Amino acid sequence: MRRSSCLLLALAPLLIGADKPLLVPDISARKVEIRYSFTGAQLLLFGAIIYPGGRAPNRPSDVVVVLRGPVQPILVREKQKIAGIWMNSDSNRFRSAPSYYSVASSRPITDLVDERTASIYEMGLHNLQLSPGGGALPEKERRFEAGLLDLRRRHGLYAENSSGVEITGGVLYRATIAIPSQVPVGTYTAETFLVDRGKVIAAATRDIQIDKSGFERFVALAARRHEGLYGLAAVAMSLVMGWAAAAFFRRRV
Amino acid sequence: MDIYLPIAGQSVNALFMVVLGFVVGLLSGMFGVGGGFLTTPILIFYGIPPTVAVASATTQITGASVSGVMVHMRRGGVDLKMAGVMIVGGLAGSFVGAGLFRLLQATGRIDVVIGLLYVLILGWIGALMLKDGLIALGYLSRPTMQNPASRHNRWVASLPLRWRFYSSGLYVSPLAPVALGFVAGVLTVLLGIGGGFILVPAMIYLLGMAARVVIGTSLVMILAVSAATTMVHALTTRSVDIVLAALLLVGGVIGAQYGAILATRVKPDLLRLALAVIILLVGARMALGLAWHPDEVYSIEYL
Repeated sequence: MRRSSCLLLALAPLLIGADKPLLVPDISARKVEIRYSFTGAQLLLFGAIIYPGGRAPNRPSDVVVVLRGPVQPILVREKQKIAGIWMNSDSNRFRSAPSYYSVASSRPITDLVDERTASIYEMGLHNLQLSPGGGALPEKERRFEAGLLDLRRRHGLYAENSSGVEITGGVLYRATIAIPSQVPVGTYTAETFLVDRGKVIAAATRDIQIDKSGFERFVALAARRHEGLYGLAAVAMSLVMGWAAAAFFRRRV
Repeated sequence: MDIYLPIAGQSVNALFMVVLGFVVGLLSGMFGVGGGFLTTPILIFYGIPPTVAVASATTQITGASVSGVMVHMRRGGVDLKMAGVMIVGGLAGSFVGAGLFRLLQATGRIDVVIGLLYVLILGWIGALMLKDGLIALGYLSRPTMQNPASRHNRWVASLPLRWRFYSSGLYVSPLAPVALGFVAGVLTVLLGIGGGFILVPAMIYLLGMAARVVIGTSLVMILAVSAATTMVHALTTRSVDIVLAALLLVGGVIGAQYGAILATRVKPDLLRLALAVIILLVGARMALGLAWHPDEVYSIEYL
């Protein structure tokens, strides 16, 4: 009895005095299963904006939706022409590059927030905190960062859509985000930001699990945990298939 | 029809992979080459990660050579003693190759080394075969006999410990085929090729083996070394994609059958000329790849 009244007291400012709007996000799928026919997926990120008093203000706020994959340390190599041959010559390390990053917003991000806010919340490809390492010159780091962003953008792993969020009646929002088939597995986070007058006034996150399932999961695990047996299986498969074809053709020809 | 590859971590067109396997299998059965020198670059061009492409192409080479070996065995076109000697060298070569691969990978120079090796080897072997094929078919005049064409390379003949290889019609030191096998083994791991297109000309020109047993013997050697290399990849890089290998194999084993049948209907000299042209074309494409502005200046390596 006492405890619940304490809880109520603690929540009171949120429930009664709430002068800040609240975001209630959801995703069309909490779990994405990669099966043999997986060619990528479309995720619908949607939700409601609950304004204090239950009414949307005259001047509607904007919504930014960010979907990001697990962070990986990577090494980016750059080819240069040396003695007439293109070869890897320089490299730069990034300690925290997201394996997947997609941002959608109701208006271009540069119109919504200033640079500082954008980099705090990592809104937009150019505001990612990639943690370049190795004490390289800033000019070199920028060049490698541009190369990395361009490469991953063309592979569909990084995306930016400045009109990807649709807001209905000022209270319902929706965004469709595509993930390509070559995304790595892991826990993805979907972040939703409500932006008003250059400030983030509400934020909410949801997790999405992307994992291989069924036969694909079995194969991936076998290759990792029982590498000897897996190798033998691959060799046996090739021997049997080669033998079967030869036996079949011998009868026919 | 798209299919997801669990190890490569992306989806590919299944039909494309089966057709690719078929074409490579056809070449494998016809010329006694593994066909990896075509599969690996095409898979990489398709967007498969290079390590997965190399490892899975090796698995496909095993399958394509099985059916080829069986066809040639039936015709008595295999010198098992010679093959055994070369396999010993080949296994040693594949282990050394694995070490080299890791060393080059760490410095980021693996792709330029692969490219240069391809260009040098393909250019040299292709030119040699082309010239010989043209002479045999009478398009080029035979160079004036400096000395009566000796079937045996003088350097090979000077090696000690000679053995008799009856099927090949040879009396040479086993050190020569061991060395040949070793080179082929290194190349199998390093370049993802069976080494057949090096073995076949070397067996003809360096060892002077009877042409009848060259293709079958090189296929037996490729079979053993590619199977061993698949195991090495499964244990170390863990990048053998069994689904990709299966797709390539379906086309590959059938293609190898047709290839072996075709090989008996076409004039051997013409066959050699055709292989020379294919080898030179791949070599030229590789050379252009080194000099042209690459599609991707940046590449990503996971730490």
